Amino acid sequence: MMKLLMYISDFMIPFVIFYIVGLGLLMKRPVYDDFVRGAKEGAKTVYGIMPTLVGLMVGVGVMRASGLLDFIANSLKGVAGLVNIPEPVIPVIIVKMFSSSASTGLVLDIFKEFGTDSLIGRMVSIMMSCTETIFYTMSVYFMTAKVKKTRYTLAGALVATLAGIIASVVLGRMM
Amino acid sequence: MMLNYLWGFMMIAGILWGAFTGNLGAVIEGALSSAGEAITLCITMLGVMSLWSGIMEIGEKSGLIKSMTKRMGPFLSFMFPDVPKGHKAREEISTNMIANILGLGWAATPAGLKAMKSLEELNTTPGVASNAMCNFLILNISSLQILPINMIAYRSQYGSVNPASIIGPAILATLFSTIVAIAFAKIMSGRKKL
Repeated sequence: MMKLLMYISDFMIPFVIFYIVGLGLLMKRPVYDDFVRGAKEGAKTVYGIMPTLVGLMVGVGVMRASGLLDFIANSLKGVAGLVNIPEPVIPVIIVKMFSSSASTGLVLDIFKEFGTDSLIGRMVSIMMSCTETIFYTMSVYFMTAKVKKTRYTLAGALVATLAGIIASVVLGRMM
Repeated sequence: MMLNYLWGFMMIAGILWGAFTGNLGAVIEGALSSAGEAITLCITMLGVMSLWSGIMEIGEKSGLIKSMTKRMGPFLSFMFPDVPKGHKAREEISTNMIANILGLGWAATPAGLKAMKSLEELNTTPGVASNAMCNFLILNISSLQILPINMIAYRSQYGSVNPASIIGPAILATLFSTIVAIAFAKIMSGRKKL
């Protein structure tokens, strides 16, 4: 099972590329010309989001380095008792909204301390699989579209994330 | 704009907190190294996103993306009723979603950003997110990836007896958060605009 999955994931990227280039050749497309045109667009896109990324990562970096992010995450641990989830899960939830790499670090700490197959380990494993970095996605996407008022996006993102968290907690207990 | 306040809060509160706890040196160090990390990330992205945008362009020109979009048609019309059939935003949205479902995050981003630009062209209130934009981002943030490959790899690295055991629950949790996202988006976009 495990081997099959790793096999699938290893072959996903080569397969997609093989399939698309193969199809292009079958359709008698000038595939290399198409590729270069697309790649140019991709490079422009990255160039366009670079300032947004710098601002975003500096903001998160300042919060992390000052210890404020940890403080907020830790002071919310009290909530854990109320909603009946293990305390170490709370910081993962908070940090995941801002930074994927920082939350991965927290999860690996949990794996080391409690084990991957512990209740906490199972919960965070599922949680990381069904949530996204809200702040990153919203700023990069809306900055690209030059949108200032984001209306109900944040509320929806939070509701969806909350749903994912609830599902992770319930399913983690059932596993 | 909400993000302006949030970002401003992060900077000001972070610096104040650093000064208060005597961490100011670390704050400056953190700010500078984060700026550097952002550029390092962009250099990586420059390669990967150029590659995927190139591949996606071949997919588009050979008609693959059109046929995928057709298959997703009913769902697209349901989630984004304001986007006319045949508009390029539909193709870009479906490319983004399929790449996300397959776990090809790097391939999803260029298409997603293009979709946002196209949706802004259709937007009757420039600068204010349209229903389609809100719905698209909420769906995106609800997480669409089916196989949590990264998590499975970390679990096996950290000695899990059965690293893949989270697949079933992860799929269920993703499905649940996506259904909630769709319901929320539909309720909100059904309400009177602004």
